[in-house]
Amino acid sequence: MDVGLNHYLVLSAILFSIGLFGALSKRNAIGVLMCIEIMLNAVNIAVVAFSRYLVPDKVVLTGHVFALFVIVVAAAEAAVGLAIVIALYKNRETVDVQEADSMKG
Amino acid sequence: MIPDSAVWLIIFLPVMAFLLNGLIMRPLAKEKHARYSGYITIACIAGSLGLSIWTVASVASEGTQEFPKQINTHWLSIGQNFDVEIGLLVDKLSAIMVLVVSICSLMIQIYSQGYMKGDHGYMRFFTWMPLFTAAMLGVALSGNLLFTFVCWELVGLCSYLLIGFWYHRPSAATAAKKAFIVTRLADIGLVLALVGIYHGMNDTAVSMGYNVFNIQHLPEVAHAAIIGGFLTTGAFTWILLGIFAGAAGKSGQFPLHVWLPDAMEGPTPVSALIHSSTMVCAGVYLIARVFPLFAMPDGETAALVVAGIGGFTAIFSATMGMVMYDIKRVLAYSTVSQLGYMMLGLGTVAYGAANAHDPAEAAHLMEIGFAIGMFHLFTHAFFKSMLFLASGSVNHATGTFDMRLMGGLRRHQPWTFAVFLVGSLALAGIWPLAGFWSKDGILFYAWENTPWFFWFAMITVFMTAFYMFRAVFMTFYGEFRGGDPLGLPHSEKAGEGAHHEVHPHESPAVMVWPMVVLCVLAIGSGWTVGSLSAVEFLGGEWHGFFAPFTQFEFDAEHALPLLGLIVALSGIFTAYTIYSAQWISNEAIGRLFKPVRTLWYRKYYIDELYEDVLVRGVLMKGVFGALAWFDTIVVDGIVNGAAALGRSFGGLARKLETGRLQEYGIAMGFGLVVIMAVILIGFHW
Repeated sequence: MDVGLNHYLVLSAILFSIGLFGALSKRNAIGVLMCIEIMLNAVNIAVVAFSRYLVPDKVVLTGHVFALFVIVVAAAEAAVGLAIVIALYKNRETVDVQEADSMKG
Repeated sequence: MIPDSAVWLIIFLPVMAFLLNGLIMRPLAKEKHARYSGYITIACIAGSLGLSIWTVASVASEGTQEFPKQINTHWLSIGQNFDVEIGLLVDKLSAIMVLVVSICSLMIQIYSQGYMKGDHGYMRFFTWMPLFTAAMLGVALSGNLLFTFVCWELVGLCSYLLIGFWYHRPSAATAAKKAFIVTRLADIGLVLALVGIYHGMNDTAVSMGYNVFNIQHLPEVAHAAIIGGFLTTGAFTWILLGIFAGAAGKSGQFPLHVWLPDAMEGPTPVSALIHSSTMVCAGVYLIARVFPLFAMPDGETAALVVAGIGGFTAIFSATMGMVMYDIKRVLAYSTVSQLGYMMLGLGTVAYGAANAHDPAEAAHLMEIGFAIGMFHLFTHAFFKSMLFLASGSVNHATGTFDMRLMGGLRRHQPWTFAVFLVGSLALAGIWPLAGFWSKDGILFYAWENTPWFFWFAMITVFMTAFYMFRAVFMTFYGEFRGGDPLGLPHSEKAGEGAHHEVHPHESPAVMVWPMVVLCVLAIGSGWTVGSLSAVEFLGGEWHGFFAPFTQFEFDAEHALPLLGLIVALSGIFTAYTIYSAQWISNEAIGRLFKPVRTLWYRKYYIDELYEDVLVRGVLMKGVFGALAWFDTIVVDGIVNGAAALGRSFGGLARKLETGRLQEYGIAMGFGLVVIMAVILIGFHW
């Protein structure tokens, strides 16, 4: 069986869905952050796969570069997210995102 | 031949005085230099008077070749065929009116130098007075109903400012508001008439190449519009009645006369100016200005209304004048009554012209029509302003306007007494003073055209003579009854008002001389001066007193002047029997006619009627009450209801906003799935 674009996309979709589900359902803020990382990685897989399969003849690394950018952004975002989580913990002594509802109208 | 710019200057000189005094003197000059503002005003109005004399001389010498002359300036265009021009119309009518206004105004300004001396508002006074004069000169010279309206409202504004001149007195503030509101109410009629004129006549006017509001072409245009079927007789009548409503408000005709007596709260020179040649005459002048419209066959009804209201007002306000104790109020009611005369004169001739079977006769009546109304305005201006100035002089001496506190002043104030006596005789219509000639004309034409109103006028002649000589006898004869020391201007400075005794004395020369000048005019303005008299200048005719003696023809035409004279003399005699000789006790008459007297003294309860019934009852409880209900229930209901609706929907949406990002994320994810599903289904359909 040849591994084609569709396989990668399905993997990406599965990972994205797992990540999304986790991000929306996890109570622990750290878990939410980790799930977001899974979603970003799913995107990275899709991006690299598109780049590899849609222009196979040339050595074009557009998708790969994008993936690198995403990783950088994800790292920065993780730092910010962790800072928020730490601040949340300092203020409320909890990392349960259900408790963090100060945006309530 | 007077140049156009000189005619404009008649209006702009007083405006210049207004600007100089208002923008330079008042903010910058010190109190001790205040008198210069008076000098500026006098100089500018004297300039206007000089130009007015020039205008009259030009009109008289060049006559029909050059005049009526229009001086028009294009102002602005609205839409395709509505041009607004501001322009002046110089003809006999406007020439004689500016003459009256500037003479009276000049004399009053000079008098005010003495009367207003030491008043804190001296410069304010001399700021508004020239503007008032300018506004009236504008009304007089305007050749365009829109420009007339602008000046008309300026006159109203100035009267408000001047009646309420002593604004710290509640009565003055109230009187100013009353004058303003009542005349503004009347102006609704005028505005509607202007709208009606535009609506009904503009197309016709444009097709004839005229401006629809041009006063000179108005009769022609109206005639064409009626012939052409653009304007029905009914609509035309309503237009005329609208114009008359505005005029009745300014001229204090029944039932809008209520503001005029209260306007006495202003300084006396203001009363003199309002009552002689500005505000109240504006109404009569406007009717005279559009007189040919009333004299058209279609204006018959409106002319009858003018004559009827005028005749009724004449007699109605004279009754109130007969019982007032405030000398200025007597004069105020007298003015209302005399304005009624003028309206009667204008209306009755217009009615005659509208009804004339013979076109030549109609044309003849048209010719002399405004002359008799305006002639009375002309003569009345001089003696009424003089009477007011004299009452101010009496006030100056006694500190009061209440005639019960006066008496015997003829010994202390010989000059004032002399001019007041002459003024009263002129007002009563005694030969050979000015009032006789002008009243004679009105009585004659009333007899010719509307005999019914003639008797109104005749009764009024008696009453006029009676109340004027009641004032003369109460003020100047008998013993001095003390005056009011609290009312004297200098008692305040002495700081011991209550112990201050009143020493009646003649007023200073600056106040006496203007009265004397006006007195000369009151005697002479009815007469033929050289080859020219005011009534002939205006196109009227004489119905002289001497004719019965020379021709021995005691027919109606010649008997009327005699009859008028006899009635007036009997009025004077009645006043003499009651108030001077005291053959009949004043108290006894008071008791005998107590209900009538009370009714008159309380001004027929019309103020109460307006205040309690109309304003409090009909307006505040009825109309305004309904509006308030509508406002609170319906309008507020809609507004509050809309807010409440938004609030309750917001309350629902508020529940969705948990502040938890995850829940928002779920909503977004779910939304994303829905959108994708829709797109996919859409693609595969």
